[in-house]
Amino acid sequence: MKTTVIIFPGSNRDRDMIAAITKISGHVPKTVWHTETELSSTDLVIIPGGFSYGDYLRSGAIAARSPIMDALSNAATQGIPIIGVCNGFQILTEAGLLPGALMRNAGLTFVCREVKLEITNANTQFSSRYGQGEIIRCPVAHHDGNYFADEAVLKKLEDNSQVVFRYAEGTNPNGSINDIAGIINEQGNVLGMMPHPENLIEDAHTGDDGRRLFESALGLVA
Amino acid sequence: MTLFNARVTVTLKNGVLDPQGKAIEGSLSALGFAGVEQVRQGKVFAVTLNADSKKSAIQSLNSMCEKLLANTVIEDYAVEIVA
Repeated sequence: MKTTVIIFPGSNRDRDMIAAITKISGHVPKTVWHTETELSSTDLVIIPGGFSYGDYLRSGAIAARSPIMDALSNAATQGIPIIGVCNGFQILTEAGLLPGALMRNAGLTFVCREVKLEITNANTQFSSRYGQGEIIRCPVAHHDGNYFADEAVLKKLEDNSQVVFRYAEGTNPNGSINDIAGIINEQGNVLGMMPHPENLIEDAHTGDDGRRLFESALGLVA
Repeated sequence: MTLFNARVTVTLKNGVLDPQGKAIEGSLSALGFAGVEQVRQGKVFAVTLNADSKKSAIQSLNSMCEKLLANTVIEDYAVEIVA
């Protein structure tokens, strides 16, 4: 299983992601710097959280125009699984690989806490180890996580069951429309989510609800 | 080639919630400014660029907005040559 983590100037959850993947899969992921132009053979690409380019212009906007993004876009077209967490989700929407946009949190403050997520589509390669409708714990830490899409896009997302994770009732931390916490693209191989599953994978994290996401994506037996 | 000074204004689309604008609106009311109906926060870019003509400068600026300066999912933009 070959995994790749893309790193941008200002990424800061890359080490958490590398540690999680290494612990879960037994393999150390390859890291690729944003100025590179190729993603050599890989089975899974991850864009970690952080504040690429200091969130200048808009969160993820500058990173989404980095040299590596053409290769990422090609990988997406080829059906290679891609996960963007937090800033990674922002970058994927800015790059047009996922629909919608992530705006300033409705409460205007940075939120760093645990939320509950409902698995609203367990029939994806990223969520197959969860039960449909299952409620899991997951940490969030962001300032711009307020998911927005216009009515037409939203209808399409809902009709196609592209909403994979929703903030469970009463835990929406940022005002996201339809309580959306994570979505996949139409093809089903690109996932973006604001919460951090990599920060809840073992006892030291007080739980491992995030672990099954990686087990699903890595095709590991639970 | 002529040097143009342009102003690009990017604002949230109508219908997109602008919590920062709302907070500013509330603060203006608190300061006693009566009659403020609405505040929408946006961004202004001062771009200095060389172009063959005013028309090509505007074309180029529109393209900059589509590709980077604005996120057209949530934002509108306006381009204006100021000098």
